[in-house]
Amino acid sequence: MHATALPYTLPDARGYFGAFGGAFVPEILVPALEDLTRAFEEARHDPAFQACYHGLLRDYVGRPTALTYAERLTQHLGGGRIYLKREDLCHTGAHKINNAIGQILLARRMGKTRIIAETGAGQHGVATATVCARFGMPCVVYMGAEDMERQRLNVQRMRLLGAEVRPATSGSQTLKDATNEAIRDWVTNVRDTFYIIGSVVGPHPYPAMVRDFHTIIGREVRAQLEEKEGRSTPDILVACVGGGSNAIGLFHPFLDEPSVRCIGVEASGEGLDGRHAATLTLGSPGILHGALSYLLQDEEGQVQLAHSISAGLDYPGVGPEHAWLKESGRVEYIPATDAEALEGVKLLSSTEGIIPALETAHAVAGLARFAPSTRPDELIVLNCSGRGDKDMATIAEAL
Amino acid sequence: MSRLRTHLQSLLDRQEKALGLFITSGFPQRQATPDLLRAMDAGGADFIELGMPFSDPLAEGLPIQRSSARALAGGITMKDTLAHAAAFTASSDTPLLLMGYGNPVMRYGISNFFRDAGSSGVQGVILPDVLPDPDSPFFRAAAEHGVDTVCLVSPTTPTERLERIDELSSGFVYAVSVTGVTGSDTGDQDPILDYLRRIRSTIRRNPVLVGFGIRSAANVRAMVSAADGAIVGSALVDFVGALWDDPTLGHQDRLDAVTAFVADLKAGTKR
Repeated sequence: MHATALPYTLPDARGYFGAFGGAFVPEILVPALEDLTRAFEEARHDPAFQACYHGLLRDYVGRPTALTYAERLTQHLGGGRIYLKREDLCHTGAHKINNAIGQILLARRMGKTRIIAETGAGQHGVATATVCARFGMPCVVYMGAEDMERQRLNVQRMRLLGAEVRPATSGSQTLKDATNEAIRDWVTNVRDTFYIIGSVVGPHPYPAMVRDFHTIIGREVRAQLEEKEGRSTPDILVACVGGGSNAIGLFHPFLDEPSVRCIGVEASGEGLDGRHAATLTLGSPGILHGALSYLLQDEEGQVQLAHSISAGLDYPGVGPEHAWLKESGRVEYIPATDAEALEGVKLLSSTEGIIPALETAHAVAGLARFAPSTRPDELIVLNCSGRGDKDMATIAEAL
Repeated sequence: MSRLRTHLQSLLDRQEKALGLFITSGFPQRQATPDLLRAMDAGGADFIELGMPFSDPLAEGLPIQRSSARALAGGITMKDTLAHAAAFTASSDTPLLLMGYGNPVMRYGISNFFRDAGSSGVQGVILPDVLPDPDSPFFRAAAEHGVDTVCLVSPTTPTERLERIDELSSGFVYAVSVTGVTGSDTGDQDPILDYLRRIRSTIRRNPVLVGFGIRSAANVRAMVSAADGAIVGSALVDFVGALWDDPTLGHQDRLDAVTAFVADLKAGTKR
């Protein structure tokens, strides 16, 4: 393991996490990104903004979310004590709304009048449509045509909330292409439009900003463990990683403590020798959607199609901070297949009465693999990032 | 002064504006490119931008997106594109530039790419998603291998940044006509002309050429009243695509049509 300088203060002023991150965007967006960086810095230090953000998290999102001791799952796996951080209990059913709230407050602060977003599984799209309804702002969500099919329920939710859902019909018709379309919209309408990116991806300052809007997850875990276990530091954290927002939200407050083992679980789809979305496991450094990070690509630098049963993990890139955390050795990344994720859904549903999203089920699958070899006195926290209602059609078909 | 810059200056010195043309390498077919480049040259192109296809071209509208996808489906590689460039520059003095995105260049190897571009006779490279930065490996490698780096400016670029980009750009400065992707509807031309006049009072080292959404000789004529030249891409890509999709046309008919299309655009640059 390479030494990671403590305290952990990345990204640097230019938006780099080690060799990763930066801004690789059309010139048109440069002033917008500079304005955003400035507005975010000011907001971070503005007590009125923070009060508004935390007030909405409490009264609208329902935070703090519970930290649930998973008694039967712990018994079943036979290792350390497992806690579930219940982001599935957030309003709209996943952690994504923490970030959507933060960004729409910034958009309002910056005087923007129109919101756009991309979505894969639809959770970020629903979160964005929700906050747009809450604040009465027009909202366009780009979604891959294939994902619109897979996640019909979320499409209906977004429309009910007043958002326009535009299908991305190019390429793989999934999250990658929806993101391309959202960026093209932003390039065209940059003066009045705020782009609410849904994960810790994209050009600086998005990866750091989205992360900061999600670190509430890890900070609550710290306080809740103190209360329940009399110690504020867990031994192991585990979360699924697509773009990586829920994982970084859980991990980040603990990165300064080397004793905390962090495990990110990627989607390996049909398996590492088949179609997959295991960007950190099998990808290589490259530029996509405005940042230098790990990428699934061919020898010509063309981006390859990812595959996962989970629309939210079906992405050939990953947040640049995760690329750095992998290279530095601070976080371990392991793969879980579609089949393992389905077993994860069944495991958490049957032992705890909690039906997880297919994304979250990958973290459960990873946990099921390593938990039996942990000691009973070890504390494990799994980020239960979303609930499975949206996936019932996919799950029913697959099982 | 670079060869590209000298070439553009010689046009300006004789009261002529520059016409740049963009075509995607390997489009509509992998082996169509050499003949297409010659046909564009014959029509009077002052320089040609050969597009390096990328799977996720952020700054492109539908015509160039589709042309890239078609070229990639036909199996085009970076080596093919460099070979097309080398063959063209061996037989013509018309400057050839490569335009594309950072990732395929990075995958090829940034230094190797600029070395091989330079040895293929490529005079400049345009990478719309690589921002001007003298310390970036892209700009360092380009300088080392004597390849111009044409930087872009847009209607949103503030004045101080225009000055910095003028310092870092070589060959010319590429002014994006409107906030949008390539092939955008540019709408009313007057605001574009105002913008071009405004930035030309700041950009003093480089010629300013305008592109994005310029589709006809009339557009070209209007734009060069306020710029040192105009660049046509999506319109040519659309035109070429339609020619190759028309089964009633022979190969030479298609090339002749391209030459005539370019000659018509070129007429828009002359007084």
